[in-house]
Amino acid sequence: MVDKVYAGAVEALTGVLRDGMTIAAGGFGLCGIPETLIAAIRDSGVRELTLLSNNAGVDGFGLGLLLENRQVRRMVSSYVGENKEFERQYLAGELDIEFNPQGTLAERLRAGGAGIAGFFTRTGAGTSLAQGKEVRDFAGQPHVFETALVADLAIVKAWRGDPFGNLVYRKSARNFNPMVATCARLTIAEVEQIVGPGELDPDHIHTPGIFVQRVIRAVANEKRIEQRTIREAVA
Amino acid sequence: MAWTRHQMASRAARELADGFYVNLGIGIPTLVSNHIPPGLDVTLQSENGMLGLGPFPLETAVDPDIINAGKQTITELDRTSYVSSADSFGMIRGGHIDLAILGAMEVAENGDLANWMVPGRMVKGPGGAMDLVAGVRRIVVLMEHVARDGSAKFRRRCTLPLTGAGVVDVVITDLAVFERPERGARFRLLECAPDVTPAMVRERTEADYEEDVMA
Repeated sequence: MVDKVYAGAVEALTGVLRDGMTIAAGGFGLCGIPETLIAAIRDSGVRELTLLSNNAGVDGFGLGLLLENRQVRRMVSSYVGENKEFERQYLAGELDIEFNPQGTLAERLRAGGAGIAGFFTRTGAGTSLAQGKEVRDFAGQPHVFETALVADLAIVKAWRGDPFGNLVYRKSARNFNPMVATCARLTIAEVEQIVGPGELDPDHIHTPGIFVQRVIRAVANEKRIEQRTIREAVA
Repeated sequence: MAWTRHQMASRAARELADGFYVNLGIGIPTLVSNHIPPGLDVTLQSENGMLGLGPFPLETAVDPDIINAGKQTITELDRTSYVSSADSFGMIRGGHIDLAILGAMEVAENGDLANWMVPGRMVKGPGGAMDLVAGVRRIVVLMEHVARDGSAKFRRRCTLPLTGAGVVDVVITDLAVFERPERGARFRLLECAPDVTPAMVRERTEADYEEDVMA
């Protein structure tokens, strides 16, 4: 029987990492990020990375760990406002950034996984992010041509996964993970719970195992909260 | 007297209609959720992939896997569903969201919106703002009438890089409300805050607009 489960992040990443590679990472802010794999990539010391990720983590957590360890050369992201080290490296010319509208980034990753070379979208038309891109009118409205994104390695975080690589995400921790899981030749998923064959309801699987080559159990599940907002109980 | 942030949010909530699917931006727009008129059924969408946002959680119910686009912890409702970011922006670009309420640095008289970068300052990125203004049917802007340096924010032309061209339908500031019947039409002054006169609004506005139809 096929078993995609590896002993841990180090084992799953063995022979995979090389300087200059492109890694796509799931998550929105610090929600649904593959904490275990990010820590292992930091420890590996691999350098000159291009990261495809909506955000860049925060100082000292998430992808911020790779930034402060000087392992990142370029980021393709939509919002990086929570990271001072990012700002410092960017202003010092040590880091390149390619900004994408968030929905365009999601769709470029989806296209990369689905064999679509590119697409036209109204998003960004008439803005500086359309500069240098083909613009074509559809129904009298200008649309911008955006190309697909593919990665050498994708790292995602799921709630539950089985030995076949089937994944179920949890709540808003799903975010970019499903598209990221499809956009690379090799996808490694870290999951909070590894379950046995047949334990996931086939109707409720978010990412089918065909997209996932390796599975590990997530051992880092801090799930740091960026904005802890609460309401008072009414007596 | 100028409207407070909460009064602005309350005024913006009057743009909602029963059955609407709505996306609220970060900042003052988030306050609108506290002012939804009783009896209106409104479903809030958050672009990170949640449809049907509930209120902030009680201390004991905080779940780091349930956040809104401002990365704030929130709660579910009985109607809540989760989707991927690609599907979430399908809702947005595909015209399925009725209304979005967003902040702004500048709005131009032709409806251009600038709210994502100031050249020379650190660029944080557009996030989902460009997708929202490109796809949501009606765009309401909530902003202070003048910038901290006293300059008008409702202008002839935006001086800052655009988020979208010709996309704004309603502008609500601490002094006044402007609206236009359709994209491409001119804005008109619809309301002023208490004790604020049309002349005072004119004095603090660079944009050209109509003011013959006062509510």
